[in-house]
Amino acid sequence: MSSDGAVIRLESVGKRYAIGATQERYRTLRDAITRSSKAIRAGRREHWALKNVDLAVHAGERVGIVGRNGAGKSTLLKIISKITQPTEGRGEVHGRVGSLLEVGTGFHPELTGRDNIFLNGVILGMHRREISAKIDQIVDFAGVSRYLDTPVKRYSSGMYLRLAFAVAAHLDSDVLLIDEVLAVGDAEFQKRCIGRMAEIGEEGRTLLFVSHSMPAVLRLCPRVILLDGGRLAADGESQKVVRFYMDAGGGSAAERTWDTDDAPGDEVARLVAVRVLVDGRPNDEVEIRQPVDLEVEYLRLTADPAVRPSVNLHLLNEDGLKLFVTNDFTEQAWHDLPSRPGLVRSRCRIPGNFLAEGRIFVLAAVSSYNPTMIHAMENDAVSFQVVDRSEGDGVRGPYANEWPGVVRPMLDWALDWQPLPGAAPTQP
Amino acid sequence: MHANGHRAVAVIQPRTSGLRLGEVVRSRDLLYFLAWRDIKVRYAQAAIGAAWAVLQPVLMMVIFALFFGRLAKVPSDGLPYAVFAFTGLVPWTFFSNAVGSATESLVTNVNLITKVYFPRVTLPFSAILSWLPDLGLASAVLLLLLPIYGLRPSWTVVFLPLMAVLAVLAAAAASLGLSALNVKYRDVRYAVPFLLQVWFFVTPVVYPASLVPRHLRVVLALNPMTGVVEGFRWSVLGHVPAPWTLLAVSTATTLVLLALSTLYFRRAEQDFADVI
Repeated sequence: MSSDGAVIRLESVGKRYAIGATQERYRTLRDAITRSSKAIRAGRREHWALKNVDLAVHAGERVGIVGRNGAGKSTLLKIISKITQPTEGRGEVHGRVGSLLEVGTGFHPELTGRDNIFLNGVILGMHRREISAKIDQIVDFAGVSRYLDTPVKRYSSGMYLRLAFAVAAHLDSDVLLIDEVLAVGDAEFQKRCIGRMAEIGEEGRTLLFVSHSMPAVLRLCPRVILLDGGRLAADGESQKVVRFYMDAGGGSAAERTWDTDDAPGDEVARLVAVRVLVDGRPNDEVEIRQPVDLEVEYLRLTADPAVRPSVNLHLLNEDGLKLFVTNDFTEQAWHDLPSRPGLVRSRCRIPGNFLAEGRIFVLAAVSSYNPTMIHAMENDAVSFQVVDRSEGDGVRGPYANEWPGVVRPMLDWALDWQPLPGAAPTQP
Repeated sequence: MHANGHRAVAVIQPRTSGLRLGEVVRSRDLLYFLAWRDIKVRYAQAAIGAAWAVLQPVLMMVIFALFFGRLAKVPSDGLPYAVFAFTGLVPWTFFSNAVGSATESLVTNVNLITKVYFPRVTLPFSAILSWLPDLGLASAVLLLLLPIYGLRPSWTVVFLPLMAVLAVLAAAAASLGLSALNVKYRDVRYAVPFLLQVWFFVTPVVYPASLVPRHLRVVLALNPMTGVVEGFRWSVLGHVPAPWTLLAVSTATTLVLLALSTLYFRRAEQDFADVI
């Protein structure tokens, strides 16, 4: 370990890509001959995927890495795992590094589950003996014991995924790098993955976790670093950094807006804005008794009357649990929308006394059904904090301790009273 | 878990250099499983499976025996031409298959290279090693067939494993550099079959080295495969004095070529994930 005990230490690390080079995938000899290398260089734009990154991570830390697409998160993991070299700067990594940059890397469809466990294990850096010693644990975790000798091409995608994660999660590495694995798999499996990753941290191993899921990052990582345009924009306590990150996205956590050129979407619809409104104004904090409005603005670009885009909102809590999904096509006004290009504003009211306390993350999407197509989608587009001031007239009444439940609806109760039989009637 | 003091330290920096041959030895488990995967997948959907390992050189032998042996009457160091050609075709088939797969090995494993770090050199090496069982099988069939021509394996057959090692080194020398070049320039994949065809004819596979004028034989020996093929034939049959000079010259070229090939590979591998 280095003198200050850091397991990972990076000093002014930068990575430059020639944009043209990554897009054309590979060159042919003819290109190299007919154009001098200078001309090739002049014709390409250079792009710093990472610039001046300093980082020290200590043994046993669990660090989340967040940032928008293209902020350099994956490049950072690739440099730490030695997949690619930095263009400048230097660093050190102590101990064995295991990476799970994509689930199922190295799996071969023709080989059986057992074969793939060994193959994947050695590719990830394990020795044959270690794998033999751990195979029962791996199979148990993945729950595929019955299909161990079946080629994985016959596996369902869920089984495939479970097996792949299981191999990587049982890797005996000192540093584990994980990129976006929770984007896939069912809720039950995601829960087990998070549980396993928490265990890894408790075993004193270091974990670096890239994710777009703020709830997952918050649950798993006490420390979060934020990358923005290849630079380290924030590094610190996870609640603070995530809040800062949500605030930094086009205004505040309560409002995201996009310019037309970088608006997420396709030729049918593009997102323009997503807002959290309290009393008609953007606000990312709402009192539990107050209603909150979620507003989505999108551009309808097509004049085709057969295409009927609609807004859907997914609400997630801090544990990553999807509370509910709601869609604006349930409203008569949606059926009355003109099918000409235009700006559509759709607003959904969530009543007061319904959500539970905590941070709520909103996924906003514009999609059409029949056939199902997602035109635009933004994970964690906005977020807001639901606070319960416990003033006595809320759901919890005068009760001040923890109030469990993923929602906290104020419901109607029916009550009546009857005297006990045989008791002496009291005077009215 | 390792004790802190003994943990490996990976230095992250823009450029590293050196041959780093130790890495190949340290990754022997990986080499083994990658080669084993290639073998298993290769014959997974083939109806006659590993019989191809024998069929390939046998069919070649029949063709050459007909055109070179019968029609062109190419000399064969006093051996039945079919036996002569087959003893050359067995090591050549290994070499040609190994170079072909090894050259493609990096490109066919794109998803591994961009997603996980492991010593890249294991890919071409395992591709070469994956052809060893085929070589073993074809050699066994060769030894079993000798009695048909009234021949017996010579005691020099104990040198056969040495010839296999030389064949592996020759294939590595030829393909490490090419595999790295193929990442950058896909022209390589089209050039390699042509290169192998030319190489076949400058190697004494279907004609004896003795057919070449004495003063040109050293030039012939500069070809790494000359030593392998002549050495293989001698160790099976022992029909001529041991071709030690030829073997020494070929081995020397192999080693020089291997060093150059590895150096190029080492320089290029740092960009694989970005270029591929």
